[in-house]
Amino acid sequence: MTVNELKDKAKEIRKGIVSMIYESGTGHVGGALSSCDILTVLFYSIMLHDPKKPDDPQRDRFVLSKGHCVEGYYNILADMGYIEKEELKTFSKFQTRLIGHPNREIPGVEMNTGALGHGLSAACGMAKAGKILKEPYRVFCLMGDGETEEGSIWESAMFAANYHLDNLYAILDRNMLQISGPTEDVMRLEPLKDKWRAFGFDVYEADGNDIEELLDVFDRMMKAEGKPKILIADTIKGKGVSFMENQVKWHHGKMSDEEYSQAMQDLA
Amino acid sequence: MSKACRRAFTDTLVRLAEKDPRIVAVTSDARGSVTLGEFIKRFPEQFIEAGIAEQNEVGVAAGAATCGLIPFVCAPAPFLSARSLEQIKVDVAYSNTNVKICGVSGGLSYGALGGSHHAIGDIAVMRTMANMTVLLPADATETEWMTETLAGFEGPVYMRMGRNPVEDVYTEEDKKKFEIGKAVMLRDGNDLTLIAAGEMVWPVFKAAEIMQEKGISARVLDMHTIKPLDEGAIQKAAEETRGIITVEEHSIYGGLGSAVAEKVVQAHPVPVKIIGIPDEHIIAGESDEVFPYYGLDYLSIAGTAMRFVEQI
Repeated sequence: MTVNELKDKAKEIRKGIVSMIYESGTGHVGGALSSCDILTVLFYSIMLHDPKKPDDPQRDRFVLSKGHCVEGYYNILADMGYIEKEELKTFSKFQTRLIGHPNREIPGVEMNTGALGHGLSAACGMAKAGKILKEPYRVFCLMGDGETEEGSIWESAMFAANYHLDNLYAILDRNMLQISGPTEDVMRLEPLKDKWRAFGFDVYEADGNDIEELLDVFDRMMKAEGKPKILIADTIKGKGVSFMENQVKWHHGKMSDEEYSQAMQDLA
Repeated sequence: MSKACRRAFTDTLVRLAEKDPRIVAVTSDARGSVTLGEFIKRFPEQFIEAGIAEQNEVGVAAGAATCGLIPFVCAPAPFLSARSLEQIKVDVAYSNTNVKICGVSGGLSYGALGGSHHAIGDIAVMRTMANMTVLLPADATETEWMTETLAGFEGPVYMRMGRNPVEDVYTEEDKKKFEIGKAVMLRDGNDLTLIAAGEMVWPVFKAAEIMQEKGISARVLDMHTIKPLDEGAIQKAAEETRGIITVEEHSIYGGLGSAVAEKVVQAHPVPVKIIGIPDEHIIAGESDEVFPYYGLDYLSIAGTAMRFVEQI
C-alpha cells in the first residue's frame, strides 16, 4: 500500500471504530483512536501474514497487550477477511465472540488479553519459541503507556533482553493518559526512554499518528539485530475526533447522536 | 521409601524431551528445587530460565505454546499458584493454551519455612478455572504415568507434587489402571469410602488396612484427577457405602473434600467428613511432625474413620 492508501485506510478504520462504539454504546474509544495508525501500518504494510492462513506457522505474530483498545483491531481483522464484516455489528452483544477484549476464538488473534501487563510476556514466549524452532517470524506487541505501571511488563523486558530477542518489536502507545488522568500525575513513567534502554532495548521514537514516520521507523527497526526493540510512539488519545483529543473522559464511553455525527464529520 | 514425586517427574520429562523436541521446561530460578539438572545438561535448547519472575514465566510459556511448543512450567507450587495466578487464569486457562503448570513442593512440603512457602489453597483456585485439568500424583510411579500422559494431552493442566520422598502405592503392573479423570479403586469395601489425593493416598491406604483388622471394610479411592472429577466413582461410593471421608494435604476449604461434597449432596447425600489443613496459621515443623498434629498420618486417619463409622 502507498502512503496515501494507508492514510485513507486509517481514516476508514477510525470511522469503523467510532461507528462500532456508537452502535454498541460501549468501547475504549480514546485508545482505539490513538493506536489506529500504528495498527494500520502494522497490518497493511509491515507484518507478513495471510488472512486465508491464520494458522501459518511462519506468520508474524501480533499481541494487543492493551486489549481494551480492540475496536480498531476488530475492524482491521474484518477488513482483511479474518472475520466477516457483518460480524462487527455483534460487538459487545449477547453471545458475540467480539467481546471488549481480544480472544483466540477470533481468527487472527493470538492471545486472550484484557488484564494489563500480560501481552509482552506472551510476545516474549512467541519470540523465544521462534528462536528455539528457528522460525523467521517476528512478534509485534502493542502496549499502553499506563499499562507499563504493571511490574510484569518489566519482568518481560528483562527476559527479552536476556535472550536477545531481536525478533520482538514492542510498541508503546504513548498517549499520555490513563483512565484516572495524565500518566505523569497518576504514576510517573518518565524517563521512559532511559528505562527501556537500561533494560536492554533498542529504543526508537516516532509520531505514532504519522503514517510516514511510522513506516520509516519500522524500516529502521527491521535492520537492527541483537536486541529487542521498542518504539515509543507519541500519540494523541482520541486522535481524529476534535472533542475527544487529549480528553481523559473519552478513555471509555458512549456517544450521543450529536457526538456521533460530529465525530463522523471530523473524520470525513 | 521410594523417591520424591518431583524427581520422578523430571526423570520422566528427560525421557519425553528426548523423543519430542517441542517439549520445553520453563522455570523461575527453581532448577534445583525442581531437580532439573539432568534435563538442562541434556537439552539446554529445550530449557527456558525465566529468573525469579513467575508472572512472566507463565506468560512466556503461554506465548510459546501458541507457537507449537509444549511448555512444562516447573516451579514451587506456592509461588506458581499465587504469584502468577492471573497469568494462569488469563494466559493459560482463559486463553486455553497448551501449558502444563507443574507445581512442586506443594502442600506443606516446605514445613518450617512457613506460610509463605505453603500451597494449601492451590487446588481450590485451580479447579474454579474453566479448561483447567487438576492432577495430584500419589507416588513416584503414578507421577511417571501422569507426566507421560501430559506430553500428549492437549490443554491447560495444573499438576501438584510434593517435595519429599513418598512410599510406593503402585507398581509398574498397575499402569493400566491409570487414566486421567478416572479414580483408581485401591481396595473395595462396603462400610465407608476413603477418598484421597496426592501424597495422602498412601497413609489412607494404610489406614484402611488397620481398619480391616478391626473388622471395618473401607473402600479406598485414589482421586488423582480433581478436575474433571470422576463423579461416577463418587456416586457409586455414596450409593454402595454408608459414608465418605476425604483426606488431602490442602485447606479443608475448596479442595478434594469440597469437590466430593459438592457431588455427594447433589447426587446421593450421605455423611461426608473432610480431613485436611484447618483454617489457621500452620504450626511449624517437618511433615512427619505436622501431619500427625493435623490428623493426617495413617494412625490418626484410621482413628477418625473408625469413630466416623460408629456415628453414621
